[in-house]
Amino acid sequence: MMNTSKDSLAGFLMRLRALLRKEFSQLIRDNSSLLMGIVLPLILIFIMGYGMSLDVKHVPIAVVLEDVSPTAVQVTKFTQGSTYFSPRYVYDMRDAEQLMKTHDVSAILRVPSNFSSKLANKEAQIQLITNGSDAMTAKSVQMYVESSVLSWAVLQGVQTNGFGQVQVVSRLWFNDANTSTWFFVPGILMLVLTIVGVFLTSVVMAREWERGTFESLFVTPVHIGEIILSKMIPYFTVAFIGLLLCLLAGRLLYDLPIRGSFTILILVSWLYLNVALGLGLLISAITKNQFLSCQVSIFVSFLPSVMLSGFIFDLNSVPMVVNIVGHLFPTTYYLQVLKSLLLVGDYWPLILKNSLILVGYIVLFFSITLLLTRKKVE
Amino acid sequence: MRRLRFMIQKEMLSLLKDPRLRFIIVMGALIQGFLFGYAANYNLERVPYAILDLSHSQSSTELLKHINHTSIFTPKAVMHNVNELNDLINSETVILGIVIPEDFENKLTAGGVASVQVIIDGRNASTAGMAAGYVNQIINSWHLEKSKLQLPVTVESRTWYNPNQISRWNFIPSLIGMIPFVQIMILSGMSIAKEREQGTFDQLLVTPLSQIEILIGKAIPPMIVGLIQSAILFCICWLWFDIPFAGSFGTILLVLIVFALSATGIGLIISSIANNMQQVLVYILVTLLPLVLLSGIATPINNMPEILQIVTTASPLRYAVDSIRRIYLEGATFTEISGNMIPMLIVASITLPIAAWLFRNKAQ
Repeated sequence: MMNTSKDSLAGFLMRLRALLRKEFSQLIRDNSSLLMGIVLPLILIFIMGYGMSLDVKHVPIAVVLEDVSPTAVQVTKFTQGSTYFSPRYVYDMRDAEQLMKTHDVSAILRVPSNFSSKLANKEAQIQLITNGSDAMTAKSVQMYVESSVLSWAVLQGVQTNGFGQVQVVSRLWFNDANTSTWFFVPGILMLVLTIVGVFLTSVVMAREWERGTFESLFVTPVHIGEIILSKMIPYFTVAFIGLLLCLLAGRLLYDLPIRGSFTILILVSWLYLNVALGLGLLISAITKNQFLSCQVSIFVSFLPSVMLSGFIFDLNSVPMVVNIVGHLFPTTYYLQVLKSLLLVGDYWPLILKNSLILVGYIVLFFSITLLLTRKKVE
Repeated sequence: MRRLRFMIQKEMLSLLKDPRLRFIIVMGALIQGFLFGYAANYNLERVPYAILDLSHSQSSTELLKHINHTSIFTPKAVMHNVNELNDLINSETVILGIVIPEDFENKLTAGGVASVQVIIDGRNASTAGMAAGYVNQIINSWHLEKSKLQLPVTVESRTWYNPNQISRWNFIPSLIGMIPFVQIMILSGMSIAKEREQGTFDQLLVTPLSQIEILIGKAIPPMIVGLIQSAILFCICWLWFDIPFAGSFGTILLVLIVFALSATGIGLIISSIANNMQQVLVYILVTLLPLVLLSGIATPINNMPEILQIVTTASPLRYAVDSIRRIYLEGATFTEISGNMIPMLIVASITLPIAAWLFRNKAQ
């Protein structure tokens, strides 16, 4: 049935062209796919690039001056005029605690009334209370306050007992602006490819299974591979347009560099897109139901790529088991090599290793899909 | 009333008849709860680093010992020149390099300013920032100890509600809102579109059921499933991760019901607008992704630019997550979080009637 004499290259191309024309016109008529390929990436890169930030800024802090001496005012001076804090002065601790409970401030800095008198004996204390409902901001505020008070104390003329000072000179590589934007934007590229690749493919293919159009296509001279190919190429195009849009937007909006070679970036993305499409096909071949496909896609692609790939949470900080689970998903490898290509440059051992792993996933997903589909035909 | 009961019964049946789906609903919540519970960690646990000690002095050895002594810093490599760091960082073997210059001890004993160079992999901005802070702290504390300086003032820090500043304590309770949100959106989003695609929705419209009854019948099952998932996640949070629950069950349940109502409203509107399930999926993703990522779960709302903070007020997930965290960790009472209920109720009271109207009035 499948290996007729028509199966020459010319025949293949002719059938493929006909199928592609059908699929492309279907795609264009249903504007939802374009919404996904073009609008969604732009929304993501715009909202997330600006919105998702781990850079603590303008933390509302209540400064409680129970001691109003110039020294006490001076020690809290660091809260003013920096982008880090928006200070709010109160004179009663109870007011400050009330502000904290209503989330009007995220921290309280208290200078007790005996501050000046104790300072002479080197026993002065400043109290800092942070809100653990946002642990990261709490931690960051604590570090900032402690180091600010420390440098104030050092300036207060701590008599040098002959021992020198230590200065820490930090240099941050690959992230010139020191913001979390460059950390999140590569993840958005990855999300766009994952969503278009896995979701759209799995639901579109599942619909064919649900409606039984596959069976009717099987009796035509069209080969199964040709059907799959013709279904995939349109979504492939959509995903790639999304990727290019994101790269362009990243460049224009956030000065995102591409330090590695652009060709390799495109090649690796092409590999990953194949993995995503393969996974989508596999899901549809297993579930053969749109609703289930959608559910499964969310569990095996969307949520892991957000949570377990290193997009938001550092895989260095998760328990071993979760680290291993994270490395079961192809997204993790793609994101790693993508970040390295954008921010670091061409680092060949990583590019080669991760590309090979992606190829492995392609082979795995497609062979299982073919196996499942063939069984169905018999 | 009887009609309504049949309608809900029918909806529940059609939802739960597929065993694979039942499995996904329960296991989905369980697996995600555990996996994401463990994955969601902003605290630093492992900082692999490399050392280049050009000074080879007693002070530098002591300083390195001091750094080594902390549990999170693990030495991975001893370098012989700075260029080796390139490969170590590029391959992600280490995320941090410490370079102690030749004149380190001489400058210290002469009373000058000795410098320590710290080079950090900036690819992961949050890890980099925290690692830098830690190294600074460690070096400062070593210096204080070594120089026997007595500082005139110290900072005494305390953290309310989460004394050890564990980021999991913020994240896991918010899963009680997030995972059911995704589930409710899919279930309610698919429900009408599926019937439209199969042609059974027109049959439903010609039954004696009123629009309100159809609406309730379509809204109840996703809400129930969502609340079951919330309960599962609450138990994981409370019993497995041992995060102390400071609030009251009644308050948290009330918040979850109002939240589920607003989520169902959004899902049903999407479902009534869409022509087929593929479109539902696209619309859900286009709304879901921004809502989840900007809900304050992963990154604090306060860090966002002003305009986006205003945009997030339209998201019920934002208020649900904030309420759940405050009830769970801070023991907030209903009056304290009542301000959060209003936006969710507004979303529900706008979306649900529009969805009901769309059932009949959408041009096919």
